[in-house]
Amino acid sequence: MSNVTTERAPSVYVPSAEALATVLAPSARPPRPSALGASLTFGWRAMLKIKHVPEQLFDVTAFPIIMVLMFTYLFGGALAGSPREYLQFFLPGIMVTSVVMITMYTGVGLNTDIEKGIFDRFRTLPVWRPAALVGMIFGDVLRYILAALVILGLGLALGFRPAGGVLGVAAGIGLLVVFSFAFSWVWTFFGLILRSEKSVMGVSMMVLFPLTFLSNVFVDPSTMPGWLQAFVKVNPVTQLVAAIRGAMSGDSDPSATMWLLVWSAGFLVVFGTLTMYRYNRR
Amino acid sequence: MSRRTTGLAIEAEGLTRSFGETQALAGIDLQVPAGTVYGLLGPNGAGKTTAVRVLATLLRPDGGSARVFGHDVVTDADKVRSRVSLTGQYASVDEDLTGTENLVLLARLLGLRKPAARERAAALLAAFGLTEASDRQVKKYSGGMRRRIDIAASILNTPDLLFLDEPTTGLDPRSRNQVWEIVRAVVSHGTTVLLTTQYLDEADQLAGRIAVVDHGRVIAEGTPGELKSSVGSGTVHLRLRDPGQRPEAEKVLREALDVPVQLAADPVALTARVGEAGTDLDASAQAARALGDLARAGIVVDDFSLGQPSLDEVFLALTDHPAVPADERDDKLEAAR
Repeated sequence: MSNVTTERAPSVYVPSAEALATVLAPSARPPRPSALGASLTFGWRAMLKIKHVPEQLFDVTAFPIIMVLMFTYLFGGALAGSPREYLQFFLPGIMVTSVVMITMYTGVGLNTDIEKGIFDRFRTLPVWRPAALVGMIFGDVLRYILAALVILGLGLALGFRPAGGVLGVAAGIGLLVVFSFAFSWVWTFFGLILRSEKSVMGVSMMVLFPLTFLSNVFVDPSTMPGWLQAFVKVNPVTQLVAAIRGAMSGDSDPSATMWLLVWSAGFLVVFGTLTMYRYNRR
Repeated sequence: MSRRTTGLAIEAEGLTRSFGETQALAGIDLQVPAGTVYGLLGPNGAGKTTAVRVLATLLRPDGGSARVFGHDVVTDADKVRSRVSLTGQYASVDEDLTGTENLVLLARLLGLRKPAARERAAALLAAFGLTEASDRQVKKYSGGMRRRIDIAASILNTPDLLFLDEPTTGLDPRSRNQVWEIVRAVVSHGTTVLLTTQYLDEADQLAGRIAVVDHGRVIAEGTPGELKSSVGSGTVHLRLRDPGQRPEAEKVLREALDVPVQLAADPVALTARVGEAGTDLDASAQAARALGDLARAGIVVDDFSLGQPSLDEVFLALTDHPAVPADERDDKLEAAR
C-alpha cells in the first residue's frame, strides 16, 4: 500500500517569456481579404465541420432517399399507373421538396453557432460583414448539390429517364442551387431573431410544409379547387419545379424560369437585407 | 511599434444599454490608458460583459458614446475591429474543429495566405503549449487548454487592444496562473488589455487600474492600492469556542479596532475590517492588538485569520449591499439576449 509509484507526470505547460515574445512581436498587418476570399474561407470552415461531424450529412442522404422511395411507391400506381411512369413527372418535384426542406438547417446551424458564442468572434473580425453567413451558405450549397445528386442517382436507378440529357439535368440542378442559395437567407434571418434551435425548426416546418405540398410537386394543379390553384400558381416552389421539369425534359419553360429568378432575387434582397440588419444590430 | 498608440485606448462617456426592462449599463464612464491592463471588477450581472460587448462593437449602446483609439465604436466600428480582439466568456473558437484548423481559419480571415497562416498557427500553438493537441478537436481540450487556444486565437494579429471577459472563471489555480503569465507577456509587448473579473485578487495581480462596476455603473476607480485602502486593507475573521462569549467579544473588538463588527450566521463567528484608511496602525498591528485584548478579557479564540478584503467586502464597503443578489439579474439578462 505504501508503494510509491512514480508515474511520468503529464507535461505541464509553463508559459515561457521567450516563446511568447516570438509570437507577440508586432508584424505588418496583411491586407484585408476580399469579400469572396473571406466568404470562401468561411465556406472552408463548413467543409471542416462536415469532415469532423459526418453524421450531419444524414439529412442530405438518407432523408432524400426515404422521400423518393416513399412517395414514388405510395402515389405512383394511383396517379400515373406505375411508379416508373410517375417518376418521370415526380422526380424533379421531390428533388425540389427535399432540397428546399434541407435549407432550414441553415437557420438551425446559425442559431447554434450564435448560442455557442463563436459568432461573437466572427463579428469582431475586420472582414466583409456578410462573409460569415455567405460562407456558411456556400457550405450548405454543397450539401444541396449532394442531396440533388443522391436523388438523381436513385431516380436513374429506378427508371427516371430525363429527355434533356446531361445538360438539361445540370441546368435543372443549377436552377435549384440558385433558388436554394437565395431561399437560405430566409432562414438566416429566422436563425438570428429566434431564441432557440427548436423555435427555428418550428417556424421552418410551418413555412415549408404548405410551401412544398401546396404546389405542383405531387399532382397536376388542374385537379385542385380554384382557390387552391390561385395559391399554387404564385407559390415559388411551383415555378421552381416547372422550370426544373422543363430543363430536365429538354423543353425549357422560360416563363417559369424567369419567375423563379425573380423570386430568388426577391428572397436574396429582402431577407439578405433583413439578415444583415439584424446581424449588425444584435 | 509605430501603430501602437500612446494616450487613451478607450474613452467612454455615459454608456447605457437596456435589455427589455433590465438596465445592464446605466451610464458607464471609462478612461483606459494605452499599454496597460485595466480591470473591470464586479459581480455577475453588474454589466461588465455588456460593457465589453459595446466596446468590442458587438452591441450598440442605447446612449452615450465610446471611442477605441479615437474611433467611435458605432460610427467607425470597422476601424475599431481592425485594432481589437475579443476573448469572450463562452466558446470563442469552433469546438468541432482542431486547434490548428481554428487558428488557420482565423489567420486566413485576417488576411494571411495559407502557408503564412499555417506557420503562424504552429508558432502560436507551440508558444501556448498546445503543439501536442494541435490536431485534436477543441471540444476534447481541458478547461485550461481551452482558455489558451481562445487567447491564442485573439492574438493572431497582435491586436492593439485585447478584451478578456472573465478569462479565469472556472479554471483551476495552475491554469489561472498560466493565463496570468500570458496576460503579463501580452501587455509587456504593448497590447492594452481590458480584463473583466469577479476576483479582486486577479485584478490586483494584473491590473494597473481597476473600475468597480455595480448595477451598470462605475462606483469606484483607481489603482488597486487606492481601492483597497479606501475599504481597509484587511479583514479579521474570528471563531470563538463559546458562543455565549460573542456579545462580549464584539464589544472588545469594537473598542480595540474602532470599527463596526459583523456577526456572521455561524453563532461563534465574527468579522471586522482592519487597516481602515485614516488609522495610523497597519492591519497586522491592529489585528494583534485585538487578539491581545480578547485574551485579556478571557475570551477563547479557536480560529483567527487576517486576510485581504474579499470582493464581497469591497462591495459591502462601496455599496452597502452584498455582491450576491445580482445572480437573479444575470438570469434576466440571459433571457433578454
